[in-house]
Parts: sequence; C-alpha cells; structure tokens
Amino acid sequence: MARDLQFPLVRTVGFDGALVTFADRMSENANRAALAFRSEVDHLQWDEVTESSASLGSTFVRFDTQRVSHQQMLEKLQHLIGQKDWYNTPLPSGRKLWRVPTVYGTDLAPQLDDAAAAAGLTPEEAIRRLGQSRVRVLTIGFAPGQPYLGPLGPEFNIPRLPSLTPMVPEGALVLAISQFVLFSGPTPTGWRHVGQTAFRCFRPERADTFPLRPGDELVFTPVSREELQHIRANNTDNTGGATCEEIAP
Amino acid sequence: MSLIVYRIGPSCTIQDQGRVGYLDQGLSRSGAADILALHEGAALLGQSPDLAALEMAGMGGEFEATQNMHIALTGARMQASIDGGPVSWNASHQLAAGQRLVIGAAVQGNYGYLHLGGGIEAKVFLGSRSAHLTARIGRAVQQGDTLTCGLHTGKTGLKLMPADRFAGGELRVVASFQTTLFDQATLDRFAANAFRRGTRANRMGMQVDSDGGGFAASGQLNILSEVITPGDIQMTGAGDPFILLPECQTTGGYPRIATVLPCDMPRAAQTPAGGPIRFKFVSMDEASALHTGFLSDLARLPSRVEPLVRDPHDIPDLLSYQLIGGVISATD
Repeated sequence: MARDLQFPLVRTVGFDGALVTFADRMSENANRAALAFRSEVDHLQWDEVTESSASLGSTFVRFDTQRVSHQQMLEKLQHLIGQKDWYNTPLPSGRKLWRVPTVYGTDLAPQLDDAAAAAGLTPEEAIRRLGQSRVRVLTIGFAPGQPYLGPLGPEFNIPRLPSLTPMVPEGALVLAISQFVLFSGPTPTGWRHVGQTAFRCFRPERADTFPLRPGDELVFTPVSREELQHIRANNTDNTGGATCEEIAP
Repeated sequence: MSLIVYRIGPSCTIQDQGRVGYLDQGLSRSGAADILALHEGAALLGQSPDLAALEMAGMGGEFEATQNMHIALTGARMQASIDGGPVSWNASHQLAAGQRLVIGAAVQGNYGYLHLGGGIEAKVFLGSRSAHLTARIGRAVQQGDTLTCGLHTGKTGLKLMPADRFAGGELRVVASFQTTLFDQATLDRFAANAFRRGTRANRMGMQVDSDGGGFAASGQLNILSEVITPGDIQMTGAGDPFILLPECQTTGGYPRIATVLPCDMPRAAQTPAGGPIRFKFVSMDEASALHTGFLSDLARLPSRVEPLVRDPHDIPDLLSYQLIGGVISATD
C-alpha cells in the first residue's frame, strides 16, 4: 500500500461493502480503533447496514445498496470518523478474560522448539514468556470462531514457515508475526504449532456457539501433557478446562 | 412428505440463501452457489425463494417419493427421469407415491437444483438451513437419507426459460479496496485477458486459468489480512486468480484484484471446467443499475412461468395427470 495514504481511510469493498481502515500494518491503536468503531456502528443500528465486522485494523460494513448509494454510505462513515479520536477510544465493555490450559511442545505441539530458536530463546524461556502473555482477540476470522490474538513480545515476530504443515488439529495454538491463532478446526497452516489446548472456539451444538468476542483477553497457562489428557477425559462442556471472568470496564 | 435417497452424488447439500450476520464470528454466508436457480425453482412451485433446495454439484441421484409430492428442477441441466420416462429440466413436476426420480450428471454447467414443494425441512442453524461443509455445519446428503418437505398446494407442469449462464462468458466486476495494489499495466492485462475456468473448484472458490503470466500485486507478502466478500477475485502467491464463492474464508492475506457483481455470480459458479471467462470492469453506477435490474428480474420470475407443453408419449404416467385442469395440454 502506498505510503501517502491518509488514515482513517474509507473505501468500498466489492459491490455492497465499505471499509474504514485505521492502519495498513498491525498496531495496537489501530485494532482498538477498529473494534471501537465497529462497536459504535453496531450501536447505531443504521437501517441500511446488514452486517459489520472488525478485522485487524479495519471496520467493515455491508449495506443495502437499494436503500443508500455508495457515496452516501461513504459520507456517513466519514462523518462518524470525525466524531471522535477512535485511536484513543476505550475498548468495548463486557469483555472477558479466559485462562486456557495449554501443553507447550511435546509431540502434541511439535514446533515449539523451532519457534523458540527462531525467537532466540531456550524452549523453557519461550514457554515461560508465552505462558505469561496476556493477549487480546484482535479479530475473529478465516474460520468460524477462530481468534487472532496478540500482541506477543517483539522477540516472537517470527515469519510464517515457507511451506505448510499439512494438518494441525482443532485447539492447536500456532504462532507467527507476534500473534497467536487458536484453530477452530483441523487445518493446514504455515504458522508454527507451539501449543495444544482442548478449547473449542466454535460449538455449533451449544447456545454459546461462539464463546470468544473481539476484545476478549486470553492467557494460555502451561500444563503438563497428563493434565491436558485428564481435562480431555472430563471435558463435557468443550471449554477445555478454561476459566472465564469479566474484565472490569 | 418425504423423498428417500437411494443413490446420491458426492457433493449434494441442502442450501437456501445462506446465513447473514456472522461475518464478525468468522462464518461466511454459504447458501446456494446459483442464487438465480433458487429463485427459478421457487417461481416454478409458486413458493418463497427463502425455502431450501437440494444443490447437486455435477451429479444428482436416485430418489423415491413416499407420498404424492411436487418437485422442480433448475440450474445446471441434468438428465432427469421419473420411473424411466424423461422429464424436462427447468420445470415443475408431480411425483406420485412410489415413483422413482433419477437425476444424472450435469450436461452443461455445474450446480443443478432439486426443489421440493413446501421446501426441504432441514434443521435451521443460526437462521439458515444451508450446509457449510468448510465450517463443518451440516453434511453432504448421503444414501439412505430422507429429505422431508413441507405442505404444498400449488400447481405443477410448469416451465421457465432459464437465463443462459452455463457456458461461461463475460463477468462484470467492480474495483475494490485492494485493486490499487495492482499497477495499471497488470489491471489492463487482466481486463484484456482470455481466461478459462480451471479444474480446482468447490464451494469455497474456483480457479481461473490463462496462458499468460500471473497477476501479482506489489508488496503482496506484506499485506495485512483483510475482509473477504464472495465474488472477490483473489490472487494466490503465484498470481493465479480464484473467484471466491459462498463458503469462502471471511478474511485473508492474498490481495483481491476486483469483485464479480452479484448478478454475474450465477454465471461464474456455473461456468464448467475449461469454459471461457473474461472480466469487464464497470463503474459503481453501472454496477448499481445492473444490480437493480437483477433484483427486478428475480421479482418478475413468477410472472414468466408458463405451462409445460409436452408430447403425451413422453409422459410416464399419463393417467395420474389432471388433463382437464388445463395445465397440461396433449394437443398443443
């Protein structure tokens, strides 16, 4: 993307979408702005908006082109941008903190040592740092309920692998570019598989189909392989032994 | 009322217009790959286009009616017969209890649709009956399944001339927010190029091939993952285009050069492997006019339905028809 772009930037997406972009690279402030702006669009309940979402640094709005022209929609969004400093807006309320038992390394997550080496750390030190990191759901996407989580420390700004790992299982915690993804289903990936959980991000059989919300925070607490096996054996609610508490506004 | 599935192709799923409003949870819309076919079936049966139908990718199956019921066949033309007697595609038919409906391979196009009077009654999940196999919602219909349907009181023996969309052709596209990542020379080459549908295709997306070089964006590997919408034409790392379909991912890092208009998505999805494809950029004003026209065409479909005129020798079970009802004419 050209360097001379002015953010926030309002553009059309395909035929019936509009995008408010707060930055063209990952930043804490831009993600915060995207979440807050999306939250405000949701709150306003404009009749012509059919759905909205927040990605890493943008808010997306799909609208009914029969009710409002593209130009009108872009102007409406531009007007909303001018209402406040979105980059310094508090995160949405009602967020939760999840603590998710996680096995780092072992045969369950075989790329931990490799990721530690790429970060210039011993495996023990990598586990210590990752296990203490409190990361935020930056966006949910690609697959149902699947969170992108960050930021991790700059030492974990390691690239994706040049070739794909053919398949990692549901509940896999993978790492690249100072972010985690917690996989909602078995999938091939170019990210390093550093941890394994029994947490299900997509629970079609339950009322809380999507347990996580953008803005929620997670800590992936280290447990032993045996502990995870015990959790799995007794895991009737699909939470994988995770605990959840409200984050005070 | 229900239909027993004796044989079925490998990629047949129940589809309606899909589920809207879960993009923020990473769940794409799903729904019929050929939305127009869904509306055509609804028009033929005089029912709502929101009802679910069976989408048959490439190959149909063999079915038996447990009670008298009404069906319609739309989308990619497939060989179809009732108790061995051929029946018309793009038409509605009566299926008497015990009769066998056989639907073969697609003759032209990819996705055929079997509609049942009253709609297929599958479980509603998050507001839709659509299977979304990528998201592991629902599953492909299998041998031994039973498709149940609601009550239907409308007429059958009707036909509808379908919009021609089964052999590829021109797809109208609009520029999207990542179009400017491609330089003008690449965009010009893209718009002038003769493509054909590749062999890699499913409900997530379809590959588009050409003989020339790829269509890469500048700085392609450093692009932040961003929202995806069905119809987006995504470039892979090698610059090969894929048109994204109803089960596409909701975000992605590969840049999108343009987006196919909703009115041309039925043509895109129905283009057979090897079928010719060209992309034509239109302005947003032109796109809006085309979209308005498409919506009014959909709304007019019920008024375009007409009686199915057939040779009585082709009717497998003549005595079961109400000949004096005026719907079927044996003399025209």
